[in-house]
Amino acid sequence: MNKVISILIVDDEASVRESLYSWFLEDGYLVECAENAKRALEILENRSFDIVLADIKMPGMDGLEMQRRIKSLNKDSVIIIMTAFASVDTAVRALKDGAYDYITKPFDPDDLSHLIRNATKQISLQTENKVLKDKITNLENVEDIIGNSAAIKKVLKEVESVAQSNSSVIITGESGTGKELIARAIHSNSARKYFPMVSVHCGALTETLLESELFGHEKGAFTGAMYNRKGRFEMADGGTIFLDEIATISTKMQIELLRVLESKKFMRVGGNKEISSDFRVICATNRDLKKMVDNGTFREDLYYRLNVVNIVVPPLRERTEDISLLVDYFIRKYCTSMSRDIISIDTAALKRLEEFEFPGNVRELENMIERAIVIGNGKEIHLKDLPLGKEISGSSVESLDDLENKHVLQILTKYGWNITRAAKALKVDRVTLYNKIKKHNLKQPSK
Amino acid sequence: MKTKIITLISYGHFEKEFLQEIAESIEYEFNFPVKLLQRHIDLSTFYDPERKQYDGNALLMKIDSKFSSNSYKTVGLFRVDLYIPILTYIYGQAYLNGQTAIASLFRLKNERYGMEVDEQLLLERFKKEVIHELGHTFGLRHCYLPTCVMVSSTYVEDIDQKEASMCMKCRSTFEELNSLK
Repeated sequence: MNKVISILIVDDEASVRESLYSWFLEDGYLVECAENAKRALEILENRSFDIVLADIKMPGMDGLEMQRRIKSLNKDSVIIIMTAFASVDTAVRALKDGAYDYITKPFDPDDLSHLIRNATKQISLQTENKVLKDKITNLENVEDIIGNSAAIKKVLKEVESVAQSNSSVIITGESGTGKELIARAIHSNSARKYFPMVSVHCGALTETLLESELFGHEKGAFTGAMYNRKGRFEMADGGTIFLDEIATISTKMQIELLRVLESKKFMRVGGNKEISSDFRVICATNRDLKKMVDNGTFREDLYYRLNVVNIVVPPLRERTEDISLLVDYFIRKYCTSMSRDIISIDTAALKRLEEFEFPGNVRELENMIERAIVIGNGKEIHLKDLPLGKEISGSSVESLDDLENKHVLQILTKYGWNITRAAKALKVDRVTLYNKIKKHNLKQPSK
Repeated sequence: MKTKIITLISYGHFEKEFLQEIAESIEYEFNFPVKLLQRHIDLSTFYDPERKQYDGNALLMKIDSKFSSNSYKTVGLFRVDLYIPILTYIYGQAYLNGQTAIASLFRLKNERYGMEVDEQLLLERFKKEVIHELGHTFGLRHCYLPTCVMVSSTYVEDIDQKEASMCMKCRSTFEELNSLK
């Protein structure tokens, strides 16, 4: 519902006050009148008005002085000065002192309507701006990062200290630990918070798509480029660019990225104009970048350029004391979004969750709770509502990478390192198999 | 119980048919019987020679003091140019949630704006203005729907855009306010 605009009319002539009072009342405004500046200031000390419509010439304190005093009470007050032809010069002075506008008596009804409508628009814009700023400021509390454990507190402390700088940050951690959330917390605590944080999931894009996504492209740069398009670096001007899964980018992109990070200048694909953008880079990966540098799959110079600060997000199994808080948070989140009553979790189910390994980390826990709310009885989450049956014992947890490594080696050994036959068995082409061998650093046993 | 009657009092010369049409449209819109009266008033006492206009506030006050005790709602109909001190002109004026309103057809005439005389259009405009001002006396405020009779009109073109009836929202507000009285 729209807010009802309040107007204070200040004029020493009763007929003016009464006419305006009726006029605004018929328009649905909240109206009050004051016969002089002193009375107006008394009223304004007790309550605020969106618009003050004041005569410039009044006995005692004039409109100009009153405006100065009102502005000192509330600098955002919208003051409209009413004036006779003879005092237009004074009205101009009022404008210089911060009046919103002035109107010459007697008013044309349409001018008055327009003036009030425009002032109302300005007020709603001011209010909207304030609400949005408050929303952004609320992000500073990083309340979405739930946890009381020493591990998460350490991360939050790092976030706080790194946010104020402009340094590049690498956030490392297993999948589902909340790396993007940490990046958002850094951004919203920084001076760049009123500018965008632009996220790019590098792993989801091919090299050419990533290039066009990051740098943008000019119309006709390639088939399908029907329009000029801004790239993510350009969009992040003034703000932050978050490059997720940075370890997946190709060698060519690594070089391009290094160049952009050094100069903060680039060209769109198919373009010839250099574009500058002021952005901060935050990257995330679940891989060991240092190891990748050592085995030559990630450029060392880029690594050092990105790795000014490294924040390690702990896996959930290393902060089990946060599980009950997280469970509580997700229950509230999903019950609210599904318009259900807030439910609880029984002790046995919570205990089981605290013992669980959570290979998918917080994301896995979140999905479990959402599922339990959907399929449960709507009163309490029980053990049977949680998909914990397929848990692999802690000692046998293997990453997908490890499994791939083992499987590829097994097939290669089976086919005596015959690449063609092994690739056929694995249902991949030979190039892919060579890439896997390189990736896992597999060596054929010497005969 | 006294019958609730809306009284239209014309000051100056109006054609009988013209007034009857206005009365019918009001009766149709508000569902109250309408009585037509003709009265004379010395308008010179309300005339401002500097502005060459008539003081709407003073006229409204005068009619209210004279008729409000005898009539449920009263509208004074004029042919002269009305003003209130703070505005350059008005088409009409009413006491919000009160008993009395005034309206003038002076600024509703096409010929004032260099166009051909159009009596039918003048009648339509005047109907809308009288219904609008009466709406205020029933407690209705300005509406934001351009076709609703309760929308605020500062130009005749605005009046031409709206209809001579309330929108559904104003109608239900009217019914609600009226049922309380």
